[in-house]
Amino acid sequence: MSNPNSKLAPAELLQENNHARESRADRRSLQRLFLEHNALVMLVVLAVVASVLSADFFTYQNLGNLLRQLTPLLLVSIGMLIVILTAGIDLSVASVAAVGGIVVAMTLNVLPVEGGGGLLLAVAIAVASGVLMGLVTGTFIAYFRMAPFIATLAMMTVARGLAFILSNGQPQRLDDRLVSAQLLRDFGRMADGVLGIPWPVWLAGLVTVVFALILRYNAYGRLTIASGSNETAVRLAGIPVERYKLAAYGICGGLSALAGVVIASRSGVATPSAGIALELDAIAACVIGGALLSGGKGTIFYTVVGVLVLGLIGNIMNLLSVPAYPQQIIKGAIIVIAVLLQGVGRRDARI
Amino acid sequence: MNAMHKPAVEMLDISKKFGGISALNSASFSARAGEIHALMGENGAGKSTLMKILSGAYVRDAGGVSMNGEKVDIRKPGDALKLGISIIYQEFALAPHLSVAENICIDDLGKSKGFVQWAAMRKKARAILDELGFSDIDVRQSVGSLPVAYQQAVEICKALSRNSSVLVFDEPTAVLTSHEADKLFRILDELRRKGACIVYVSHRMDEIFRICDRATVLKDGKTVGTLELADITERGLIEMMIGRELSDLFPPRTPCIGEVLLKVEHLCAGRLVRDVSFEVRAGEVLGFCGLVGAGRTETMRAIFGADRKTSGALYLDGREIHNRTPREAITNGIGLLPEDRKQQGVLLEMSIRINGALRPDSPYTGRMGWIANSRETQGIEALRQQLAVKTHSIEQLVGDLSGGNQQKVALMKWVDAGCRVLILDEPTRGVDVGAKTEIYRVINDLAEQGVAIIMVSSEMMEIIGMCDRVLVMREGAIAGELLGERIKEQEMICLAMGVEHHE
Repeated sequence: MSNPNSKLAPAELLQENNHARESRADRRSLQRLFLEHNALVMLVVLAVVASVLSADFFTYQNLGNLLRQLTPLLLVSIGMLIVILTAGIDLSVASVAAVGGIVVAMTLNVLPVEGGGGLLLAVAIAVASGVLMGLVTGTFIAYFRMAPFIATLAMMTVARGLAFILSNGQPQRLDDRLVSAQLLRDFGRMADGVLGIPWPVWLAGLVTVVFALILRYNAYGRLTIASGSNETAVRLAGIPVERYKLAAYGICGGLSALAGVVIASRSGVATPSAGIALELDAIAACVIGGALLSGGKGTIFYTVVGVLVLGLIGNIMNLLSVPAYPQQIIKGAIIVIAVLLQGVGRRDARI
Repeated sequence: MNAMHKPAVEMLDISKKFGGISALNSASFSARAGEIHALMGENGAGKSTLMKILSGAYVRDAGGVSMNGEKVDIRKPGDALKLGISIIYQEFALAPHLSVAENICIDDLGKSKGFVQWAAMRKKARAILDELGFSDIDVRQSVGSLPVAYQQAVEICKALSRNSSVLVFDEPTAVLTSHEADKLFRILDELRRKGACIVYVSHRMDEIFRICDRATVLKDGKTVGTLELADITERGLIEMMIGRELSDLFPPRTPCIGEVLLKVEHLCAGRLVRDVSFEVRAGEVLGFCGLVGAGRTETMRAIFGADRKTSGALYLDGREIHNRTPREAITNGIGLLPEDRKQQGVLLEMSIRINGALRPDSPYTGRMGWIANSRETQGIEALRQQLAVKTHSIEQLVGDLSGGNQQKVALMKWVDAGCRVLILDEPTRGVDVGAKTEIYRVINDLAEQGVAIIMVSSEMMEIIGMCDRVLVMREGAIAGELLGERIKEQEMICLAMGVEHHE
């Protein structure tokens, strides 16, 4: 009745399938490895390209300057990442940074406390103003269920307006005659710092480490990520998702204001128009670092990598003296490529 | 084997793998002309895969198909249609905006050159409909405007217009009312009389015993056997499907029922919960059954604070409690394992560790929210062993686990949380038999520790095998209560559908 040859065929077929599957699995795990670390690969490639293209790249002067310049973006990106982890977005970061800069400059001028204490107090007030603005948007998002895009868009214009009103539209100079203001100027200067590393970079490193630890080893961080990963399941586990969302916007606001302080420290002037388009660079850094805008996925480490990738792209083009406008086009193209590289893996991933 | 009884369709040693996982492993199946042949098995046993191979939706990895003794090669849906094999899926493959006639004669639409022969088409459709006793369907009506049962009739007529000799029905009564189902059974009977070979895929025992002649049982992608339904009891058939005795599936428990723990009074919520009152005692397993949409899940969600209740009161130990949010419910000692595992029960993108510790008061969180990593590892690892979650590490993503193991992970946090009342909504949906037994064992353990268990389930066997008492819901209200010997499938169905039952 049955043909003996047809009995053989399935076994052969099966074996063939096994080989095919194994090599496919190999390829897939390699692919996965690349996809998971593609931002890092990109960073290394860019660093190599940069050092080949220009002997000036691996100099203390260039790297220190680059990192110092990237500090505000890094601070904002960490805040942005925390918001993105909850499946949100914060468009107001640049405006909040401007308010932060204006507040610190103006507070320094009116505070009766001199010296380091005065500076710390002024920075604390600036950061608190950022936290407050974040909590306002956060409240609308978490408790009134407003779309994050809309609520933070509103705060973006409100905060920018606030920066202009507070400063009367005038740049606020850090007064060199005040010790506290002088300290802030010194903080932002290249030459100073410990172990040859500029102060802003120390600050960025500290913030990075603290938030990396919180996201990894603290229940707050874990539940923030969980809320973005599957809000319904987390809520049904009895966890007040709203609080975690609210806190995310508060933190993002605080870090944005701190970024504004760093920007002011660098130039010695706080301008109400500071930081324009910073939010887009921050979102780009998170996305290049593999964060999912739908929430629940992203790490501090890779966000830092994303920031460095963005910074290196700009630095390389400056070293090559590419004019500013083509720079923008190239940057946009690289963001798209970074996301495409991540997307390849997602298509066959679980839904 | 004489020529008279050559099977109309025969599938031999069919194997099919998806991404390394075997869906069918040398499964065989054969059905004769003029019979209704039930294809049975648990979820994931391979029924749909086998039928999709027959219809050309999937291509088999190994094995052969023959019809009336001749080998055939089915590689795409068109091949099967040409051979006269039609499948009527639960989701109809109809064009809702086209007329009944166009749908029935949809193959002719492409064939006629230039102009559609409307009159001829309508006549043909009319004839087929009349033959099946659907004279009341207007062939010019658009299919989308027909009731579901009539849409199914159109689907059957479409199959007949192709002169199909093999008709596969995939859970056809799932979308029908009992009256409509009766009509379908008459049609099936008629088709059988005319010599069609009908394959009937269904879970419903009563239907299978009512209309089918023989049954083939699949389990884990293999054929367990084919038998005359006259020779076997319902229980025997179930035991064949699950591959073990029923008493093995449901681990024994000596009920030790204590005081009333949770008392629900006149609970109303939304449209689907209307004046529900009941109580559950410590150590008791209380079953909730009913049709889909009877309001069981909604009742549980309202008790748990996931949905707002409009009126009614909850009492725990005789003291009134207010569960406005799940958090409050959990603080009050009430847990809920949600119905939809992937959307509500687990975080698929996160590790077993994080899922297992997902609680507002995780015992592994110390001062300032810092997590005691090694203590958590030990705790979650112990839970993993207690629940027999099959994985090499608690760092594995839950999305990479099988359905059964995912459900165990979803259960983890509740096992550990010290709940006094635990609500389980469809705790074994989409779970394989082995994992089912393990989940039942965990439920029994919790009940023995004095936890009051409320189990919502659509699987009658599960309710019968596990529960001390059963409440049947219908249209948002409790339709009746069954105790001890009265916990039977027939009784539950009658209460759920609201029909009188006489022994």
